[in-house]
Amino acid sequence: MKTPLSWIKDYVDVPADVTTAELTERLTMTGLKLESIHSPGADITGPLVVGRVLTMDPEPQKNGKTINWCTVDVGDANGTGEPQGIVCGAHNFAPGDLVAVVLPGGVLPGGFAISARKTYGHVSAGMICSARELGLGEDHDGIIVLPEGSGEPGQDVRPLLGLDEEIIELEVNPDRAYGLSLRGIARDVEVSVAGASGFRDPALRETPPADDAGWPVEVEDPEGCPVFVARTVSGFDPTAPTPDFIAQRIQAAGMRPISLAVDVTNYVMLETGRPIHGYDADKVQGTVRVRRARDGETLTTLDGTRRQLSAEDLVVTDDSGIIGLGGVMGGETTEMSATTTRVLVESAHWDATSMFRTGKRHKISSEAGKRNERGVDPTICEAAADRVVELLTTYGGATADPGHTVVGTPPTAAPITMAASLPARISGLDVDADQVVADLEAVGCTVERDGDRLTATPPPWRPDVRDPHDLVEEVVRLRGYDRIPSVLPKAPGGRGLTRAQALRRRVGRTLAGAGWVEVVDFPFVGDADLDALGLPADDPRRSVLRLSNPLSAEAPAMTTTLLPALLRTAARNVGHGTTSVAIFETASVTLPRSTGPAPILPVDRRPTDAELAALVEALPDQPLHLGLVATGDAVPAGWWGAGRPVDWSDAVGAVRAVADALGLALTTRPAALAPWHPGRCAELLLGDVVVGHAGELHPRVCTTFGLPARSVAAEVDLEVLLEHAVHLRPAPAFSTYPVAKEDVALVVDASVPAGDVEAALREGAGELLESLRLFDVYTGDQVGEGRKSLAFNLRFRAPDRTLTEDDIVGAREAAVALAAELTGAQQRS
Amino acid sequence: MSGPNTDYDPVEVTPLKPEEVESARDAALAAIAAASDLAELKQVRIDHTGDRSPLALANREIGALPPQARKEAGQRIGQARGAVAKALGERQAVLEVEHEERILVEETVDVTLPTDRARPGGRHPITLQSELIADIFVAMGWEIAEGPVVEAEWLNFDALNLGPDHPARTLQDTFWTEPVDHHVVLRTQTSPVQARTMLTRTPPIYVACPGRVFRTDEYDATHSPMFHQVEGLVVDEGITMAHLKGSLDHLAGQLFGAGIDTRFRPSYFPFTEPSAEVDVRCFVCRGVDSAECRTCRGEGWIEWGGCGVVNPRVLTACGVDSERYTGFAFGMGIDRSFMFRHDLEDLRPLFEGDVRFSAAFGTEI
Repeated sequence: MKTPLSWIKDYVDVPADVTTAELTERLTMTGLKLESIHSPGADITGPLVVGRVLTMDPEPQKNGKTINWCTVDVGDANGTGEPQGIVCGAHNFAPGDLVAVVLPGGVLPGGFAISARKTYGHVSAGMICSARELGLGEDHDGIIVLPEGSGEPGQDVRPLLGLDEEIIELEVNPDRAYGLSLRGIARDVEVSVAGASGFRDPALRETPPADDAGWPVEVEDPEGCPVFVARTVSGFDPTAPTPDFIAQRIQAAGMRPISLAVDVTNYVMLETGRPIHGYDADKVQGTVRVRRARDGETLTTLDGTRRQLSAEDLVVTDDSGIIGLGGVMGGETTEMSATTTRVLVESAHWDATSMFRTGKRHKISSEAGKRNERGVDPTICEAAADRVVELLTTYGGATADPGHTVVGTPPTAAPITMAASLPARISGLDVDADQVVADLEAVGCTVERDGDRLTATPPPWRPDVRDPHDLVEEVVRLRGYDRIPSVLPKAPGGRGLTRAQALRRRVGRTLAGAGWVEVVDFPFVGDADLDALGLPADDPRRSVLRLSNPLSAEAPAMTTTLLPALLRTAARNVGHGTTSVAIFETASVTLPRSTGPAPILPVDRRPTDAELAALVEALPDQPLHLGLVATGDAVPAGWWGAGRPVDWSDAVGAVRAVADALGLALTTRPAALAPWHPGRCAELLLGDVVVGHAGELHPRVCTTFGLPARSVAAEVDLEVLLEHAVHLRPAPAFSTYPVAKEDVALVVDASVPAGDVEAALREGAGELLESLRLFDVYTGDQVGEGRKSLAFNLRFRAPDRTLTEDDIVGAREAAVALAAELTGAQQRS
Repeated sequence: MSGPNTDYDPVEVTPLKPEEVESARDAALAAIAAASDLAELKQVRIDHTGDRSPLALANREIGALPPQARKEAGQRIGQARGAVAKALGERQAVLEVEHEERILVEETVDVTLPTDRARPGGRHPITLQSELIADIFVAMGWEIAEGPVVEAEWLNFDALNLGPDHPARTLQDTFWTEPVDHHVVLRTQTSPVQARTMLTRTPPIYVACPGRVFRTDEYDATHSPMFHQVEGLVVDEGITMAHLKGSLDHLAGQLFGAGIDTRFRPSYFPFTEPSAEVDVRCFVCRGVDSAECRTCRGEGWIEWGGCGVVNPRVLTACGVDSERYTGFAFGMGIDRSFMFRHDLEDLRPLFEGDVRFSAAFGTEI
């Protein structure tokens, strides 16, 4: 809400020593937050003065235009007292008129510097200004002609044009709809600014009594339209100009002056908060009715849009059909125009929820709708209509018609009962009952007191005040939020981070310590991303939860995998010149389940456990994933020698490091899954459960994402790992007897996974085996085509004795024998 | 080796002559002194103390002497051999020290060479900031609550006193999932976690809820469709706005420095009543001579978040006895807090994954 400060002061007296900063600070601290202060003349500098046109000689030019060579009395403002010669292209003024003149040295909005310059054969020393040139409006052809007697030549013209006005912009929260009116703002000034007094309510006026002589109105839906007031004026002069103060004020409020009749309704809306609609009464046929629309009905609104109406829309009709979308926007057929001489003034109260829904349905955001959907004082319909009539008669030459239609009665606010101690109990401020009553009365409540029980009836302009806590807020804002003491509450002993929270930190630190960098990506994905991963049509990762209103058509769904975003991010890094990249992300993915809708549960009680279970059941599965991608060098080349490019084992190793940090050991087996290289993808298992995959990316995937060949990636279900993380690790018991080291080299078919051979060796070696490590893989002539040699280092040790040669040989031979049996391994001689 | 001299042989044995022994000893000592490295000394040891050395050979002849002469000869040889052994030991020690010193000199490396063999890793600064904030609450005895980002409409709105026709719903531009009549949204705030907490726990409740939230904001320097919030919720007997102020002052002090406090301004949120905007005192200018301060743009205060007393309607919907308990809640942006704490004007680096950004913060902020 924007308003000139002076307008507020029309309704409330503010001590002269209260600065604008102080006044707006108080408004801010009581709930109407200052957004900005600006002055329309702020970007005008230099001499801008009143001038009287002395002479005006039209001079036709070769280009067809006629310019006026004028002399203007600018008093002593030009330093000489001599008339100022000025060329002017406009014609809407005459000798003797008072005008606004900017003299050489002045600067107009847009940095337009004025100097004496030669033009059309004269030296033009200044400019006679239009409203647009001064930033006062779009009306260019009009030189501003000041009312006679409004000033003396040479005097600063700024105050006469409102250019020195301070316009304040307030942020009005949904609960303070009254702040969308001068009436509401002025009232808050009175209650919140020290010394402010004498609030004059613009909606408090004597109105003629209702009678049956007015325009006939019938309201079929009194819930949707509890009050409908109609007044008419005749003999209106449609050419009558809008008085400057009205034009300036509605313009300051951010609205465009249109015509006197329209401007007056807007002016009264700003003044009282009550939206008013004016119809051309000659175009309205018969009884005006209010009802809900029927499906299939249409209306062309003032903005020229043909709208399909719904049964929930409130409409205004006459004998011709629908003539307006009640409270939101009028219709085209009854619009006031340049020939309107009779005006039907509608001042009606509308149901806020209907207004909100209709505005949303038809995507209409209007000044009227904004107020109607937040809630307007229902008791001022007559006063507002009467004020419009007053302005139309005063400035438009109209006559108020007899007759005053009032249909319905305004809804009344329900009283609220509250303990007088509640404000103190909620705020922590020391507020006694007397103060509470005084504050509630100051904001317009009627309060009855019975001991500690207060019964407060909110004023009609506060439809938001419904609960005791709403009353508390009124008291606290007047007592001052800044006076609330600061007391640290004493929580009972907490349990610290949950285990999952602590473990997630451990995962992050493990990866960061191993040289991986954490990134945060948006969780949105599109089909093109999943195609780029090379996912087959039936891949479960293609089953995504779609958004109905995505920001981008390319990524309209919640992702099932972290990889597309990570691959893009890795490629972006490479593009930025970072050729070796290792990134990871931990985030939840969204795995839809085929469920019904999530119920909308009641709010007047706790839902039952069954209702809550149904709610949670309707949500998709959202497991926490860990994804990682690396490209470039794992170890860079340097003075120490050659570097080592990342390979599949870096991806597997990183996941293993995470598992290890959680006290878990993962096993691997070959797998073929997009987006990995079918021969270089490991399935990662925790026991029998597949927790994820890691390995080298498919070459096509690298190409598609713009990544170097042989980039690697992994994605695992971190949730499963966190659930199984070892909690209490037993202290290790280790033997101090001598270790026996045995190496064995086994030749197997090239297709046999080393992991299988290793598993067989472990099992065969039995409990004397302390550790086993594969230290070499050989392929070549010595083992033959299609074969490979795997060299293992085995360490044997017993907890209670030194092993004998027989022990060691026995264990080793048993290991080799089982490997031979299970994998066809032959010991290499 | 000669056998024991059982028969008396009066012949004098030449090697045992005192002058011969002295000469052999002196030759050995000279050779020892002349040995310039351990290898030479080793040869000297073989030459002068080995089996074929003059002193060893002389020693062997002692047995051939008449018993009365053996003692003297034995003493003489013994002294000579002792002197040689001592000299050898001393020389050995000296040469070992010299050898070690030379090796160490030879092994000198250029320690100014780069050592960047390992890639520097790092955690995301927003993760770190979230953890830092969580730690502040945990230190106060609070717990950290979490919930899903794809959330039921009822938990994100209705339970929080944002009914279907509440004007405030339009203030939060919500991502809806398909089909819309399934009433599932991307949470616009972490408040549904508060609702979940109240629905599943009994007071006293002291929790903070950090997490990702979503709004349909176009991505630019100051807006992101995804950002991070932390909300706090306390429900207990006798809780007032003073406790809210105390908690936020404490958080501000911990996060931005001792003495940094907060200011409340009246505001409106459906889930709290009374409600307030929270400003945090500018930690750069501290509100003193703010005019030139870039961080707070001359305000002395920085808009930080929203807060208030939990609306009893919310308590009721979440099964908390609003007669017995009162509560407060607050929420602020983690990204925003990070941005002004670390002087970052454009939020996009947070979400673009340039490793140079995260790596700059390492594993702690």
